Amino acid sequence: MKLFEYMGKRLLADFGISIPQGTVCSSPYEAVQAFLRLKGPAVIKAQVLSGKRGKHGGVRMVDNEQDAFAAAQDLLQAKVQGYPVEKVLVEEKLAIDQEVYVSITVNRQSKCPVLIASAQGGMDIEAVPMDQIVRQNLDVALGLPVFLARDITRRLGVDPSSKPGKALAELVQSVYRLFMAVDAELVEINPAAICQDSVYAADAKITIDDASMYRNTYLPVVDEKTEAERKANQLGLAYVDLDGDIGVMANGAGITMATLDTITYLGKRPANFLDAGGGAGQSVTSQGLELVLAKKPQAVLVNIFGGITRCDDVARAITKVKKEQNSSIPIVVRLTGVNQDSGRAILAEAGVEVFDEMQLAAQRAVELAN
Amino acid sequence: MSILIDEATSVLVQGITGYQGQFHAKQMLAYGTQILAGVTPGKGGQRVEGIPVFDTVRAAMEAYPIDVSVLFTPAAFTMDAAIEALEAGVKTLVIITEHVPLHDAMELMAYAKRVGATIVGPNTFGLVSPGKCKIGIAPNAIFSPGEVGVVARSGTLSYEIVGSLTNNGIGQSTVVGIGGDRVIGQSFVDVLRRFEKDPATSAVVLVGEIGGSDEEDAALYIREMTKPVVAYIAGKSAPPGKRMGHAGAIIEKGKGTYSNKTAALREAGVKVVTLPFEVATTVKAELSMLHLDPFYGLTWSMKQVDSIE
Repeated sequence: MKLFEYMGKRLLADFGISIPQGTVCSSPYEAVQAFLRLKGPAVIKAQVLSGKRGKHGGVRMVDNEQDAFAAAQDLLQAKVQGYPVEKVLVEEKLAIDQEVYVSITVNRQSKCPVLIASAQGGMDIEAVPMDQIVRQNLDVALGLPVFLARDITRRLGVDPSSKPGKALAELVQSVYRLFMAVDAELVEINPAAICQDSVYAADAKITIDDASMYRNTYLPVVDEKTEAERKANQLGLAYVDLDGDIGVMANGAGITMATLDTITYLGKRPANFLDAGGGAGQSVTSQGLELVLAKKPQAVLVNIFGGITRCDDVARAITKVKKEQNSSIPIVVRLTGVNQDSGRAILAEAGVEVFDEMQLAAQRAVELAN
Repeated sequence: MSILIDEATSVLVQGITGYQGQFHAKQMLAYGTQILAGVTPGKGGQRVEGIPVFDTVRAAMEAYPIDVSVLFTPAAFTMDAAIEALEAGVKTLVIITEHVPLHDAMELMAYAKRVGATIVGPNTFGLVSPGKCKIGIAPNAIFSPGEVGVVARSGTLSYEIVGSLTNNGIGQSTVVGIGGDRVIGQSFVDVLRRFEKDPATSAVVLVGEIGGSDEEDAALYIREMTKPVVAYIAGKSAPPGKRMGHAGAIIEKGKGTYSNKTAALREAGVKVVTLPFEVATTVKAELSMLHLDPFYGLTWSMKQVDSIE
């Protein structure tokens, strides 16, 4: 789960990191009030879950009430990289001496947290040359001790004995404490702004591990799913909206991906990704199929290679939905596994085409969609 | 031979009294796996399919020698159960559980490294040495003993591919699911190293998917391998930024893409196929090339002669 900048900054502040003075606003009137409270030039930032807002017109500098109103009004009606702007953050404009980049994320290869930092703050970290990036794997048993924070500061070219150096080292330690405390996948501050003796988090990008949400119930909930994705989630299914012509339901993430790839290879595009999981019962299967049909695809391909999934349950679920919806969308089924013969008989009786090999079923679905 | 598990492997099932634990303990027993004990806190003294259940792993270890523990524990309790097993001295864990928190997985891997243990998973279907031992949730009927090693991230896709290998008369030495999560114990490289050393494996099938860089790392190691590798990578049609079911299957900032992975593997001499059902025919071709080689199997047969003498 990604957090909006203003939520991320609140968390950073909770962990002792300085953030610019500011207010979250949902109307231009609120934005003007917030601007007046700052008593000086301000930055108005669109609150959307995409990066590179600056490049896409999501960040405005203002120094009077009229401009603050106009900028807020404009942003609140805009879309930034496809995301509608529902809130803006009105913040004091910092007098920045230097910008640095600081983040902690998970190193999949080393199976541990990794700190990535650079003295080239404010730009896309992917564009910074490797020799200007500090990378430090962190041992979860050690954490991020003070000596390491000092040395990271030194490697960033900031004197760790200076006042801003001490502040930067403290920020690095706080980022680690926050990363561990909220089960983060990513905590990124870009830029961390050195302003005289202090260091401020001028931006915040935080992603929380979805699997940990059960124990992070105090965190705000940000839901960027589509309606169908949300429904599927409630059913315990993994669903992703795509924009093609053939609806897909399969059991298992890998085989669902392989089914989408096969359809694409045969010249059509999948309308969705739906992994019904191993062992999905009759009701979950039928509700999943209803979701797939709701997008009105040209055809539906159900690909079940049953390990623990019972084929007769799947077949009953399909025929039930077909009967109830009385839909003209053709459904093609690939069905092998436990109780496959009775499953196929049920489908054949209901006039649904069944195959025992995936590529044959995919070919048939593509034909029917043409 | 085989890798990681064989007919002598003794197994503990953690979470044996739950729905999944009971069902799969029964299936594993039916396959011939030697399950000696189970653990569920608070259920000590019960029996599941005749297997004695203990409250703690230490209690089970006092009664039986355990080589491998397989975990069917709820996600929230999996780290505790896994550390319990490692602390009690179990050297290999197979973690079936899905949705284990990422930070738990990191902590667990750090501890496993310290005690020198091997972890397969989390979020894996397990592993199978056909005809000898099955640990996990794969369907019993699809495997057949043979000379091809299979290493995969995804369960059902592996069943699909292993099933088609079996239908084409190609048996397997060991089939290993490394798991669909981002932080996992055994990487492709770890398993490939084992297959390279295993005299019973003559070729390897790698079933990967988009996300991460495990396939790219595997490509670097495959350059040093003497055994042929055939690969299929799922997720060619997946859009960036969307998680395709598995926590690990996501293209982030242009990394972990299909084209990156297949290019790296091809450069390392891997035969990369476009569709799952092409794996079996390609492996067949590779094997027949191997068996035409007059020196193929020579060291192996000489070893056998030695042992007979």
